[in-house]
Amino acid sequence: MRGFLLNRLSQSLALLVIVSIIGFTILSLIPGGPLSQFARDPGMTQQDIERLAEQLGLNRPLWIQYFDWAWRLVQGDWGRSLRDGTYVLSVIGRHLFATFLLMGTSTVIAIAIGTWIGIRGATHRYSLFDYLATIGAMVALSIPTFWFGLVGIYVFTLKLGWVPAGNMYTIGDGSVLDYLHHLILPSVVLSLVHVAIWSRYMRTATLDAISQDFVKTARAKGVSERRILLKHVVGNALLPMITLAGVQLPSILTGALVTETVFTWPGMGRLFLDSLGYSDYPVVMGLLMFSAILVILGNLIADIVVAIVDPRIRLG
Amino acid sequence: MSQLPTGECQYERRVLDLSDRAAKSVRSLNSQQDVPMPLKGKDTLMASSIQAADSQDVALSVRDLCVSLPGGMERAFAVENISFDLKRGQILCIIGESGSGKSVTANAIMGLLPKVIRVSSGAIHLDGRNIAGLPADKLRGLRGRVVSMIFQDPLSALNPLMTVGAQIDEAMAAHGVGTPKSRRSRAIELLTEVGLPDVQLMYHQYPFRLSGGQRQRVMIAIALALEPAILIADEPTTALDVTTQAQILKLIRDIQRRKGMSVMFITHDFGVVAEIADSVVVMEKGHVVEQGSAVQVLKSPNHPYTRRLIAAVPHLTGKDRIPLEAAGKAPILQVNGLVKTYRSGAKWFGATRTVPAVNDVSFDLAPGRTLGVVGESGSGKSSLGRLLIKLMDSDGGRILFEGRDIAGLSEAGFRPLRPRIQMIFQDPFASLNPRSTIGHILTVGPVAHGKPYAQAREEARGLLSHVGLDAGAFGRYPHEFSGGQRQRIGIARALMFKPTLLIADEAVSALDVSIQAQILKLLDQIQRETGVSMIFITHDLRVASQICDEIAVMQRGRIVERGPPSQIFLNPKSSYTRELVAAIPGEQPEHARQASANR
Repeated sequence: MRGFLLNRLSQSLALLVIVSIIGFTILSLIPGGPLSQFARDPGMTQQDIERLAEQLGLNRPLWIQYFDWAWRLVQGDWGRSLRDGTYVLSVIGRHLFATFLLMGTSTVIAIAIGTWIGIRGATHRYSLFDYLATIGAMVALSIPTFWFGLVGIYVFTLKLGWVPAGNMYTIGDGSVLDYLHHLILPSVVLSLVHVAIWSRYMRTATLDAISQDFVKTARAKGVSERRILLKHVVGNALLPMITLAGVQLPSILTGALVTETVFTWPGMGRLFLDSLGYSDYPVVMGLLMFSAILVILGNLIADIVVAIVDPRIRLG
Repeated sequence: MSQLPTGECQYERRVLDLSDRAAKSVRSLNSQQDVPMPLKGKDTLMASSIQAADSQDVALSVRDLCVSLPGGMERAFAVENISFDLKRGQILCIIGESGSGKSVTANAIMGLLPKVIRVSSGAIHLDGRNIAGLPADKLRGLRGRVVSMIFQDPLSALNPLMTVGAQIDEAMAAHGVGTPKSRRSRAIELLTEVGLPDVQLMYHQYPFRLSGGQRQRVMIAIALALEPAILIADEPTTALDVTTQAQILKLIRDIQRRKGMSVMFITHDFGVVAEIADSVVVMEKGHVVEQGSAVQVLKSPNHPYTRRLIAAVPHLTGKDRIPLEAAGKAPILQVNGLVKTYRSGAKWFGATRTVPAVNDVSFDLAPGRTLGVVGESGSGKSSLGRLLIKLMDSDGGRILFEGRDIAGLSEAGFRPLRPRIQMIFQDPFASLNPRSTIGHILTVGPVAHGKPYAQAREEARGLLSHVGLDAGAFGRYPHEFSGGQRQRIGIARALMFKPTLLIADEAVSALDVSIQAQILKLLDQIQRETGVSMIFITHDLRVASQICDEIAVMQRGRIVERGPPSQIFLNPKSSYTRELVAAIPGEQPEHARQASANR
């Protein structure tokens, strides 16, 4: 287990270095550069901009800029936003809560409902439920999230007036109930596609587990169908799903990009789009590194959980 | 009588107690009158009650059982009008080839048939009471308690996420028997009884840590947990090595004697029948074609199918093959000190484990001869085959093919030689691409090596008829053929290249005995016609004795003995070979019977 963790950590570090180099290079290739925003300001002269570039070290060779940035990153200094001079880490921190609230809620919804639909679809294969679940999943997967978001706002906000159209809380309220009220629509919309994916995988995994010989052994012992399903089938079916959850984690983040924009949700997805728009490269790089870490962590956690749950990996 | 575990008296008392309870519950089932008897006429009902009255010595009786298959299958019934009795305290072997309906019969008795396959008529009498068509929860109450079952593949029959102890415990808990504490001590007893070592440790072990034989012992422990009156064993030794098979057969025989249990043993191997059966039911395509005592069926079979089946069983021949006229003196293949070590574990940190798969193996093979490589799983015989055809690289040693060392050749360097060494694979279902026509499968290789398509097609048609298929097979797909036919296609595919060396890796292991005999005959005929040399890798010594000029016995990566069949089987030099030969089921039936009678 220790060897496994050391291996994974060293691989993760290498991966982070590669991601940061690629990200840094691509950003530097974008025409205009980080100071193009200032160039549009009529009050700024060419001298001002050159002085700024000098100050920020932007006129140095790219690889020196990279090592400078990376060295400071390692020391915990992720740089400052070009927009307002605040630290990148504190900018990310401000938006972290909103994104994790939305992500967390929709992930819980997606896993709970997706697992249930998947198991039921497998145990009642080719039933009406199974067909409806299949069609539903296809619909959810083929229609983009923003469409569901807009339709949701149209129906539940404009027509029915049940939920607010956007934002995380009402200014001046901010109670838990208020947060929940704002959370309902975006989290349901965000979870739709994940319910679809999750239920399809869960159905396959459950069918796979049901056809295993040990299920027949359990039947031959006289174990009740309910216990066979809960103990033997679901336990084994969930194993591959843990890995899937690890892979899905970052895709929930990218899904939040669109959803946060539609629902003006003050999370990291919106921060990312805004920062790109302002050519606020320190924040963009910060977010890139943050999501890369999230991807790696998601997979690492999934692998560790699998190792804990599966004795063949834990002890093998 | 073999030794009982310690705590014998207490144990016996509990056994009595449990079997008593089982009998009671059967009686209580009998007293209920709301039993649905689907699709049964009055006369069969009467017949079955008569049957029930005089069935004191019959534990299980199957009468006119029909199990229907869903529409669109090859035949309408999986089994049709079969009847047989399992006598108390006896071992009944049901033997048949694949598709004979023997497993369906077992599953019908257990109530474990898939939903789409149903018992359409007939009766299954358990202690005089018809259990065919009982509601699911009543059947569930019987399973594991009155009738238990063990399966073919012990590797997949245990839940990988539960400890051995928990899985034995579950068998008792499912029927509400005992407290967690009493179940635990019972589980330990059972583990001792089936001959597992370190039972306290074993109780907490996960299945993946156990060998195939140990897992099958755990399965038997689970099946015995509630002292069932009947044990159904569905090919329980088919997936095991021959020495492990012999141990498991002995265990089942011993336990059956000790407890007076009735065992229904399903097998395709007449050797196993000869080893343990009291009586035999022979099934073919869903029908019982013959039944009787083991001696009667084995010694004087009546039905032509039984006779064919028994004749097809490969036997150890002490006779050596008459060698072919050697095409040339120089050996076609010389292997010197071949080594392959498997490494697993971490790449950068942590320990790596090494397993010597092939360890200092040397032999040579003359043109037109067949070398058998036999051994149990993990002996390295398949690794050796893959090294020879360079599906993987060796770690040391030389492979001189027609005088040229191919061991160190790169893939590109070996490519021109590839057509000369061809392989026949074990699984005729997995080794042919289901989306390619037979014609494509046969011609794609030679065409890739530069043969004009028209010529390849002509040769393919010729070869198909040569291996016993009609030329119309050319345009068809693999799924249209049976296992035996597919293996013929696999042989034709290998022959397309006019190889000088054929490597057959368990080429007949997946086939029924009658098909096996045909394929062996075909291989022999091909060798006599083309003078091809063959390396025949198999776990089955009987098969090896049929076709090989010389046999190499492998154990843990080494060749422990090499010689002609007469030496290997009649006068083995190494103790391991002796052990292997002694474990072959049914080869010395008289001898074994006497020995078991003396026990």
